[in-house]
Amino acid sequence: MVPLSWYVGLSSALFLIGLVGVLIRRNTLVVLLCIEIMLNAVNVNFVAFSKYQHVIDAQILVFFVITVAAAEVAIGLGIIISLFRLKGSVNIDNFNILKL
Amino acid sequence: MEILSFAYFGSAILISALMVVVFKNPLYSAMSLLSMFAHVAGLYVTLEAEFLAGVQLLVYAGAILVLYIFVVMLLNVQAQGRVLQKQTPVVLGAAVVAIVEVAFLISRTHFYPELPPVPQAGIVPLGNTETIGMVLYTKYLFPFEIASLVLLIALVGAIVMAKGKLKLR
Repeated sequence: MVPLSWYVGLSSALFLIGLVGVLIRRNTLVVLLCIEIMLNAVNVNFVAFSKYQHVIDAQILVFFVITVAAAEVAIGLGIIISLFRLKGSVNIDNFNILKL
Repeated sequence: MEILSFAYFGSAILISALMVVVFKNPLYSAMSLLSMFAHVAGLYVTLEAEFLAGVQLLVYAGAILVLYIFVVMLLNVQAQGRVLQKQTPVVLGAAVVAIVEVAFLISRTHFYPELPPVPQAGIVPLGNTETIGMVLYTKYLFPFEIASLVLLIALVGAIVMAKGKLKLR
């Protein structure tokens, strides 16, 4: 029987990989992919707790997280297309027009 | 057996997630993310969440990732010279601090032992999908409707964002 802490450890490692990816990558598309990694880390945590505590509600929450992830991807890719049309690049260093 | 499957799926998830971060070409990153989604679905199956495994494959691997790959190919993004930003050493130092912090927290946390299965006399045990459906359409009906509103707003927002001025350059 796998202890619950292993799942929590896996999920935190996955979340940290996503966090580091968001912080160090310069390509905006890859930054969005890393946000998906972080959302999946949270989902793994939810499903593990759902099994070990015998509550189904956590799986419903995962369902809603997936919904929000789909919405976020649609909006995020729309913003990226719009910015690419404006700047001709997806490099995050070029997106500083709001900087004072 | 369970430890074996956890070890396989966990290591595959971590390796694919690392590949997403380190690959220079965004298309390769998206393909590694596909592998990560598939292995997360496998982990859900071992955790007795078969419905979520199916949803994970359909929505993440089927819809979201196809959208990503479509945009990557539409924008024709080439692999650029430098992968990392200027502040990479600072971020890596902060990441090491965060990893140590999380490892310390997990080592100090007292997790509940596994609870025994809840005995429910007189209730026919349902499958995973039936249980989720029952709870989703009774207890979580209002959040379910709100989720449809979120998707509608995302639909309109994505069209407004990507449409532009309809002016040819």
